[in-house]
Amino acid sequence: MRQINLEDITKLVKKAVIKINYHLDKSLVSLIRKAKENETLELSKSILSDILENYEIAKEGNIPLCQDTGVVVVLLEIGNNVHFDGNIYEAINEGVRQGYHEGYLRKSMVNHPFDRINTQDNTPAIIHTKIVQGNKIIMKIAAKGGGSENMSKVTMLTPTEGIQGVKKLVLDTIFNAGGRPCPPLIVGIGIGGNFEKSAILAKEAIFRDLDDSNEDEIIKKLEDDLYKEINALGVGPMGVGGKTTCLAVKINYHPMHIASLPVAINIQCHSSRHTEVEL
Amino acid sequence: MIRLNTPIKDQDIKNLKVGEKVLISGTIYTARDQAHSRLLNESNPAFEIKGSIIYYVGPTPKRDNFPIGSSGPTSSYRMDKLAVPLMEQGLKIMIGKGNRSEEFRQEMIKNNAVYLITTGGAGALISSKILKSKLIMYEDLGAEAIYQLEVKDFPCFVAYDIYGNDIFKDNLL
Repeated sequence: MRQINLEDITKLVKKAVIKINYHLDKSLVSLIRKAKENETLELSKSILSDILENYEIAKEGNIPLCQDTGVVVVLLEIGNNVHFDGNIYEAINEGVRQGYHEGYLRKSMVNHPFDRINTQDNTPAIIHTKIVQGNKIIMKIAAKGGGSENMSKVTMLTPTEGIQGVKKLVLDTIFNAGGRPCPPLIVGIGIGGNFEKSAILAKEAIFRDLDDSNEDEIIKKLEDDLYKEINALGVGPMGVGGKTTCLAVKINYHPMHIASLPVAINIQCHSSRHTEVEL
Repeated sequence: MIRLNTPIKDQDIKNLKVGEKVLISGTIYTARDQAHSRLLNESNPAFEIKGSIIYYVGPTPKRDNFPIGSSGPTSSYRMDKLAVPLMEQGLKIMIGKGNRSEEFRQEMIKNNAVYLITTGGAGALISSKILKSKLIMYEDLGAEAIYQLEVKDFPCFVAYDIYGNDIFKDNLL
């Protein structure tokens, strides 16, 4: 058994939430650069230029990329040969608390659906836990904005609606969302499982590397087709029109009931802020 | 490109056409969902609504020596219904991001107001156009409180004008 000190978890989370709110991933920035070169509308180009200039200002470390520094989402993988004393969820939340305070990040969590009193420290994080083999703890950590999350949805299709049904649902969802979720988007899609599993799959999909390739040929083709079809919608950067509505489409799937075809669409804005850390 | 100085007059609104770049200088006010709800029941607001500009933003906390934190726009549609009584009191410009309801657009035209957008997710860039910020109402709302901002060349685009044009529809491929 490998002994893990939960204070190290707190430190890692704190460092990660500050880092992701000031620094965009290089592969994402290079996709935005390419998109800018590809745009023909002046207005759309100008918006993509703003996004690139914003990245340069934020990385100096004084002003976060976006005022919506998000809800912290953690995909937590705990190896079965790891041992720790205490409450790992509290250790993660302590990292969020310290990171959002010391990093001058906005506290966007409210306690109750109706009295809406701010928790003042951006906790609790939303944490999904998996037990895996090994002697490590791996955390995929995101700061997820509210604007793009609000445009996400779970739909229970019927099995015979098939690929065409999924495509129509995704295209309608992205078109109707328009400029609200801050396109160009990364579209995470979860197909299968059940109601809640599809949503987790979609969330996991937006954490994938932008340049990875799906091992399943049918799903890979669906990702490629949807990428082209979403960009053909013409929603464009911030909804003003143009060739760039999405930067990537990522689909994860899972076995499901014979009667069901659950589809979850988790929309990620262009400011896709996430990282992976391990201990 | 059009340069606008606050307060906004009726003639300024007439000059704004969809897709045009606008640089705003002067005083603007922040308000989001909760501040709007409260403003509607406010008999004596701390700023003159007539001729004013409201920016839909909830900034990050400011560091010492900086006028404000990251200050990009939030989605405007959540304020569609709440904005109507303010436009009736003379609110002239709303700045946010994303499309809004048809009902809002009709009310906006009726009240001779316009809706501008600025780049979502560009909060660091936009904050560099804000020279000063001062909390004026609803401190308990934190990031959602109402701030008075002094801005210089604050960059926007006209999204809906009073002539019925809509940036989100006009440019579709």
